Amino acid sequence: MDELAATMTGFARTLRAAGVAADHERTQNLLRALDHLDVTDQGEVYWAGRLTLCATPDDLPRYDRCFDAYFGGRKAVLSRAATTSVTRHLAERQDDGESGDDDGTPAPATASRIEVLRHRDVARLTEAERAEVHRMLALLKGGRARRRSRRFESAHRGRLDQRRTIRDALRKGEVARLRHRRHTTRPRPVVMFVDVSGSMAPYAETLLRFAHALVRSEPRATRVYSVGTRLTPITAELRHRDPGTALNEVSKVIPDWSGGTRLGEELKEYLARFSARGAIALIASDGWERGDPELLGTQLARLARQAYRVIWVNPHKGYADYQPLTGGMRAALPYLDDLVAGHSLAAFEQLSERLAHA
Amino acid sequence: MDIESPEKLIELLDRHAYLADEGLATAAFLALRMGRPLFLEGEAGVGKTELAKTLAALLKAPLIRLQCYEGLDAAQALYDWDFARQLLHLKAAEAAGITDVSRLEGEIYDRRFLIARPLLKAIETQPSVLLVDEIDRADDEFEAFLLEVLSDFTISIPELGTVKAGTPPVVVVTSNRTREVHDALKRRCLYHWLEHPGFDREVAILLRRLPGCTETLAVQVARAAERLRQADLVKPPGVAETLDWTEALLTLGAKELDPDRAAATLGAALKYREDVAAVIGNGLLSHG
Repeated sequence: MDELAATMTGFARTLRAAGVAADHERTQNLLRALDHLDVTDQGEVYWAGRLTLCATPDDLPRYDRCFDAYFGGRKAVLSRAATTSVTRHLAERQDDGESGDDDGTPAPATASRIEVLRHRDVARLTEAERAEVHRMLALLKGGRARRRSRRFESAHRGRLDQRRTIRDALRKGEVARLRHRRHTTRPRPVVMFVDVSGSMAPYAETLLRFAHALVRSEPRATRVYSVGTRLTPITAELRHRDPGTALNEVSKVIPDWSGGTRLGEELKEYLARFSARGAIALIASDGWERGDPELLGTQLARLARQAYRVIWVNPHKGYADYQPLTGGMRAALPYLDDLVAGHSLAAFEQLSERLAHA
Repeated sequence: MDIESPEKLIELLDRHAYLADEGLATAAFLALRMGRPLFLEGEAGVGKTELAKTLAALLKAPLIRLQCYEGLDAAQALYDWDFARQLLHLKAAEAAGITDVSRLEGEIYDRRFLIARPLLKAIETQPSVLLVDEIDRADDEFEAFLLEVLSDFTISIPELGTVKAGTPPVVVVTSNRTREVHDALKRRCLYHWLEHPGFDREVAILLRRLPGCTETLAVQVARAAERLRQADLVKPPGVAETLDWTEALLTLGAKELDPDRAAATLGAALKYREDVAAVIGNGLLSHG
């Protein structure tokens, strides 16, 4: 390898360590780009690297830091963001005194036992019971309502299938029969926002496991974000087959466990960057909004205009005497298609059923 | 056309009234030199589409545009057979008593019955600039398909054979980032994130693009645009909107941006009722 290639490969390695997806192919592109530029010009090298090695706007500040560090003559010292483990985080949570069994003793899973567990509030379960509920959640068959796609399949009725008709006519020597086709269907996308703020801590893990089940059942039609004080995309992490691994990966990327909730601002950020057009938006939160409830209202109004349905999942809704009185909940209500419970296995099963028929 | 450096390209783009900075010029330069698609991402109205148009103008090549939308499929992007004419041909053959299937087949799947959609058209036209606009609106399945076409600029038509571009078209792919585009596609491309222009550049763009615009007006509009972008709006104005706004002001004979005229023409810059209300309510137009 010549000196330039070695230097650039080293630079790409530095970038990868900083979290930029500067893989081998991209590095090759950079070397090809440099064939056309002046490698003694720092500016041209900067742009060649940025254009070939970066892939998202988030990469750009990292790229700038690494470039300064690397070509400023010193290797970048990179600190990985401190990671919190979801299990550790959840272990710190105080166990509720009302729960019955001793911690850690796995109870036999009988049908009647599961039936009882099914309706109990997950926040009031022992670790062992909760683990059982989570196992059931992982088995959830998350079907998804389908909507018409633009693709076609052949059918007895429907639109004229021109290609097939011509093919037939050719084979038979005359236009004997018209063939038809119809639209295929595709799953309706779901965008889920999971509130990981302090007040939601007893439910966060269960909600994330539910999100995992959704992602696993429709990997291409589900997007999940954690919300709290920051909007964090976690779909990629939830794609792991094993729920435990997935949750562990999620825990590494969520920076704001147990903070406050600024759902309004985060929805705004979401709507500014992405779109929920045609999707079912699921917001899993207790509505303890720390930000401006008015902002939450306006953002939900926008979300409702884009999305096919907006469903709010509130753990407290499972109780008969629950009233949506928090500022956030009150601001949100006018824009919701539905406010549903999200505290027990049964509640999640119902929600899953809803998504299959929405 | 031989463009020897990014600086030269800046100059050429400038002649076509497009003011590019070093980054964008290097991106376009490399796209031309390396024959790679240029993936331009950035908010709406920062000049992504405009760059493709300008490149077409300066290369004296036709601009072929593929506007993406949800449900866009291969038949709409690549080619389609002209069914009505094929049927007519078959009917005529039937009437003439021609029954030779392979002969009929050859006749029916002739190039003249093929309707070229943008991707095929771009591959058949040389030189050409292909604009794949707002890729983020197409379904993600479409990306895999596009990747295939952009990788070797070859389209295979089962009934007809393979069409290959002699000189690949210059390709500009734009995204407003409403959805994350698959990495495999981006990896094929040169990636550039286009920002709103800085104050000085925006003034220069207004003066360059609108001959009747005075320096005073350009400065005032650019300053107002800067404030609007910092204000908390649903859709902050892009350069395209500032240009429209200034043009509206010029049409009204404005030499300066006074609050009344600004309010009257604000609809050219802001496209949401909430935004107009917020800007007028907060008196954002009255100072400066």
